[in-house]
Amino acid sequence: MRKIKHGKAASGCGDSCCLKLEGLNVRIQGEEILEDVSFHLHCGEIAALIGPNGAGKSTLFRSILGQLPYGGSITFTQMGGPAIRLAGGTVMGETRPLIGYVPQSPSFDRGDPVSVLDFFTAATAKWPVWLPVPKKYRDRCRRSLERVHGEDLLDKPMGGLSGGQLQRVLLALALEPVPHILVLDEPLSGVDMEGEHQLLEMLDEIRTNYDLSILLSTHDFATLGSFADKVILLNKRVLKVGTPDEVIASPEFYQTFHLRVGKGGER
Amino acid sequence: MELWYQLVGLLPFEWAQPGGMYFMKNALLAVLVISPLFGLLSTMVVHSRMSFFSDALGHSAFTGMAIGALCGFNEPTWAAVIFAVVFALLFNLVRRKSALASDTVIGVFSSTAVALGIFLSTVGGRSFTKFNSLLIGDILSVDPAMIALLALILVLVVVLWVVSFNRLMLSAVHPALADSRGIKVFWQETVFSIAIAVVVTLSMTWVGLLVINSMLVLPAAAGRNVARNLFQYHLFSILGALAAGIAGLMTSYYVGASTGAAITLYLALWFILTFVVGKRN
Repeated sequence: MRKIKHGKAASGCGDSCCLKLEGLNVRIQGEEILEDVSFHLHCGEIAALIGPNGAGKSTLFRSILGQLPYGGSITFTQMGGPAIRLAGGTVMGETRPLIGYVPQSPSFDRGDPVSVLDFFTAATAKWPVWLPVPKKYRDRCRRSLERVHGEDLLDKPMGGLSGGQLQRVLLALALEPVPHILVLDEPLSGVDMEGEHQLLEMLDEIRTNYDLSILLSTHDFATLGSFADKVILLNKRVLKVGTPDEVIASPEFYQTFHLRVGKGGER
Repeated sequence: MELWYQLVGLLPFEWAQPGGMYFMKNALLAVLVISPLFGLLSTMVVHSRMSFFSDALGHSAFTGMAIGALCGFNEPTWAAVIFAVVFALLFNLVRRKSALASDTVIGVFSSTAVALGIFLSTVGGRSFTKFNSLLIGDILSVDPAMIALLALILVLVVVLWVVSFNRLMLSAVHPALADSRGIKVFWQETVFSIAIAVVVTLSMTWVGLLVINSMLVLPAAAGRNVARNLFQYHLFSILGALAAGIAGLMTSYYVGASTGAAITLYLALWFILTFVVGKRN
């Protein structure tokens, strides 16, 4: 079924770096959430994870982030290097790949007195952010925000950002330091059309500039074809992996969502 | 302390004159220590939505006092501190393991602690009235040794703030994001709740159980009305707490009312003020 050809785990996928999930299974309180999930993700590739609610998308992300115990294996191979196992929760020295994580809409109250600068500095520096933030960190934060064209957001309160702006700030944070793998949990939800377009363009830019692998989950099937190299249809197990067109046209897709998505892009 | 008494002697108040009214001078110093302490802690209590938790801690501290008194400790305060720390640890553990919402778990713990406290302090037909002083508090009875202890705790909390405020804040905002950046969320929450447990218990005798939670909520609530970043938030919270603390002590001295209540009323005033001039959403 799988379209992605590969050799044995140790030999890697040619010369490219690669995140490999093999026979991943996750149980939470006795219930099987993921079962025998296997797929590969290469550098410079954008893969979209789709599936109904409760399909295990967030659980899959948490396994990759090492926040959940799991069975099977998740490994990462650097270009020409050995395969490194991403063990649950343990940091394996300096060789462990960096994973940038953009979580699903964090909760900020509108009145939260946390500026973008505060938030960013708290996550990336030791400087206690309840004191005035020195210029050094201000400049660093501005440079990071420039990557996502968000330098004007520096002093905005986090609670006052629009969905798209918040995603951009979180993306800038996930890119500091530049990770090997970028994981985004439903980055397009709560983002308007224009914000979505901007965000997808930015991801494309990031993928080319930094040569990293991007894995994101989404419910927006209409735009899949415009950005994803690979689509993974997940519902507890991997039902289908392939190009956007292949997955959307597949009987598995139809059985899961009971809808057809036309070539033109309308849902 | 001599230095402090000399300093206070410079103030143009009748009680500030040298050679007497030491209780009032002690109280003023205690307020100068306690208010910034609560102002600081309150920023995080409000930010991580733990105001209900700190309230429950106050109740558990009272139960700890009752246990301490029952065991015949000379200083039931220390028994109360231990009890409050255990309470905080158990609460964190249960909240993590249980599928219940945080406020439900707090409700379970709080009501159990209160019932246990009332039961223990009245068992054998004893009267509850000797605990009344804990409910209202009496800052005028504070002694220099206690002030030194509170000052030490203020220093420790400031150190905690310097070392782990960033991680604490991220853990409160988004645990999974914090975890992805290598933060041990559970330990952050545990250390913070222990800090609240110790502070609440030690200051309860002076501030009073009934008003202690207002000290942990009002300063930061007022700060949120006007602050646009974390520095302003802390500034407004701590300055508000300090001003209300001093004003409350003075007022209670001249009109003869409970100091804790007077401080709280000033804090409420501060909240109203910031609410009126504050940012509009």
